[in-house]
Amino acid sequence: MAVTSAGATRADNAPARPRKNRTFLVLNIISIVAGIAIWWGLSLAGLQFPTPAEVVSAAWKMIQDGTLATDVGASLGRVLAGFALGSIAAVIVGFVMGWYTVARGLFEPWIQFFRTIPPLAMLPLVLVLMGIGESPKIFVIFLAAFLSCVISTYQGVVNVDRTLINAARVLGAGDGTIFGRVVVPASTPFILVGMRVGLGSAWGTLVAAELLAAQAGLGHRMQSAQLYYDLPTIFVGIIAIGVLGLIMDRLLMIAGNKLTAWQENR
Amino acid sequence: MSTPESTPKISVRDVQKVFPVGKDPFVALGGVSLDIADNEFVTVVGPSGCGKSTLLNILAGLEQPTGGTALVDGKPVTGPGPERGVIFQQYALFPWLTVRENVEFGMRTAKVPKEEQRERAEHFIRLVGLEQFADALPKTLSGGMKQRCAIARAYAVNPSILLMDEPFGALDALTRVRLQEQLLDTWSKDRRTVMFITHDVDEAVFLANRVVVMAARPGRIAEIIDVDLPYPRDEDMRLSPEFGALRNRVWHAVYHQRQIKEPAK
Repeated sequence: MAVTSAGATRADNAPARPRKNRTFLVLNIISIVAGIAIWWGLSLAGLQFPTPAEVVSAAWKMIQDGTLATDVGASLGRVLAGFALGSIAAVIVGFVMGWYTVARGLFEPWIQFFRTIPPLAMLPLVLVLMGIGESPKIFVIFLAAFLSCVISTYQGVVNVDRTLINAARVLGAGDGTIFGRVVVPASTPFILVGMRVGLGSAWGTLVAAELLAAQAGLGHRMQSAQLYYDLPTIFVGIIAIGVLGLIMDRLLMIAGNKLTAWQENR
Repeated sequence: MSTPESTPKISVRDVQKVFPVGKDPFVALGGVSLDIADNEFVTVVGPSGCGKSTLLNILAGLEQPTGGTALVDGKPVTGPGPERGVIFQQYALFPWLTVRENVEFGMRTAKVPKEEQRERAEHFIRLVGLEQFADALPKTLSGGMKQRCAIARAYAVNPSILLMDEPFGALDALTRVRLQEQLLDTWSKDRRTVMFITHDVDEAVFLANRVVVMAARPGRIAEIIDVDLPYPRDEDMRLSPEFGALRNRVWHAVYHQRQIKEPAK
């Protein structure tokens, strides 16, 4: 009975969805347009803001002379390297912690301790130890991504439904099969949530790291523009950071939805 | 149909399961002995806490007894194995696999050749009537369909016994009756030994050769009632006076149990 009525509710809701989505989209567009209009109004009213037109022309100049591409490339390269390394390490360590009680006991205090330290607070130390090349920045990004992702991976492994593990065992599966064919897919949703949080954290850490110590990148560009009171360039930097962060988050979300389409309540 | 002379398919000898809970250990099973012959369909019914699921889990190898032995085909049970198929109340389908992939899971583990996996999966999916949903994910199936898929998955590894733990407990009455009839239909074809746990007296009598009635505190067998109704069984049989009499007997055995004081340990 419960199954039938749940099915009926879902069917009733289905046609209402697109309409709701469209209203939502219209509201989104209105909000964006209004926001830009207010910004424009404020800058014309004598606030120190550059107008949207000035920002667009600054962006255009940066695109034409290639600085925007160089900066975006430098920033993206760092964040992707740090994020990829951090996520891979987090998944491995998270699985080991979830699977072996001994590993959990050994890793947990360190992870809990470093989780309370903002990765950026490690930057001075890392700069002293690793010099001023790419590696210290990638390292702090790695740390940010790793610490955000590792706990949720570990939670995913610990929370795997016992019944599913039992079902695999009575079908003749050994530990290896249970790990590969039950624990890994069952914890995928947790890993993906961790990765999304990790990406946000990595991106935030990146820009701050570049503000402090870099020769290229969006953060560095904004830092040097600050010296020349070049507000349009700073705006271009802020907008680029926001847009890139949004795109990466959405890509990860789409990939995640594809990978976890099997989940019941979606 | 049951041949008491031959070695029993399932033999439970004085099996105990005690959970240490503080000073007062909880006796889930206080020395249970039971023989189930090959080809038999035995249902186990009893109030909650009588240890019926614990007994099944011990036979499945998912739990270890604290005393006594559980034998299947004369060999002591030491862990789970594909020769003992288990159907869980919560279906326990792998939600990320399609119906077909779920059914193939055990065969893949047993390294059955791909071609044969396909054929056997196809066969059992058709047997439970899910051929139109072979490539569907479990989330799109109703409860009854999920349990049919789980049954196909258990059959696909060709177990010599089936252990079913309240498999139809979460289903609505109509679906439950249909699945009972389908299960009996399949059983009367291959006569695979079944031990079926339920709390539904009607279900217990309708399916079984023998109904084992258990009692709680400590978990034990209160009575074993032979069901000498002929197969195939159908709706008319449910309404027959013979069925009614048996149901009353089982009902009485389940719900009017004398409480015995648990011996202090």
